[in-house]
Amino acid sequence: MKLIINGESQEVTSATLALLLEELAYDHDFLATARNGDLVTAEDRSACQLQSGDRIEILSPMQGG
Amino acid sequence: MLTLYGETVSSRLLLGTAQYPSPKVLGEAVKASGTQILTVSLRRETAGGGTGGQFWEMIRELGLRVLPNTAGCHSVREAVMTAKMARDLFGTDWIKLEVIGHHDSLQPDVFGLVEAARILSDDGFKVFPYTTEDAVVGEKLLEAGCEVLMPWCAPIGSARGPANPDALKSYRAHFPDTPLVVDAGLGRPSHAVQVLEFGFDAVLLNTAVAKAGDPVAMAKAFAGAVEAGRLAFEAIPLEPRDMAVPSTPVIGMAVFE
Repeated sequence: MKLIINGESQEVTSATLALLLEELAYDHDFLATARNGDLVTAEDRSACQLQSGDRIEILSPMQGG
Repeated sequence: MLTLYGETVSSRLLLGTAQYPSPKVLGEAVKASGTQILTVSLRRETAGGGTGGQFWEMIRELGLRVLPNTAGCHSVREAVMTAKMARDLFGTDWIKLEVIGHHDSLQPDVFGLVEAARILSDDGFKVFPYTTEDAVVGEKLLEAGCEVLMPWCAPIGSARGPANPDALKSYRAHFPDTPLVVDAGLGRPSHAVQVLEFGFDAVLLNTAVAKAGDPVAMAKAFAGAVEAGRLAFEAIPLEPRDMAVPSTPVIGMAVFE
């Protein structure tokens, strides 16, 4: 199915957000995730079912002032 | 000692982690500054090995408290969502709340700021709002649940130092019991001394250290500056006088006529 991941359209097969991170080889110890504008906490990712067209945000720490 | 939301720290310098020439210089500057609070941010991660994990490992090894920010957010919705993601990622309910109102000046949108501060405070966040030196806005932020205020002294990254010293002094007088951190616009240690002498509790800076010719030495200079400024404030500085006043006693002068 097609998802919008960090603003870019991508074809993926994963059924859940946790599996998506595996599929895309994210280092998921250091991530924050959102689906369609709502936070999905680390513990909720396995239960987060994905649907075609979902907008996924995957963020990580970076330098800030 | 300075207490922010019940947490006591001995350093009155909060330091940003961006724009250093290298991670090594960042680490050395942090140590030289003596800071106990580092600001961090979060951005989109690239698949298959971005740099966020490495950066976070390094920050965690420093063993300091982190203050995530919502830098770059221009709406209440963006800022609130970013704060929630930061809480999940960094494991802290502290948030440096920025709602930017103008692209060029990076001036806070104080209306959005107050609204976002209320939403986040109600949700259990401990909000550190980046605001202007407007005391009425400060009052609204306190009403919204903030227990710390962080007025700018000049635009972010401008290195200008206090653009409106009288307003900052009034702000301090208006909020005698609220921890006040001057956030943004500081360029030199003398600026930090100045606002600490006014009675501000701490400063938050980044660019002034990170973009200095020698960031590690500048971090050390700012550490000394905040200490000197605080000591001077506690020692009650002499107010300026209009006329000269001799410091050497004139009584008992010899007469040579």
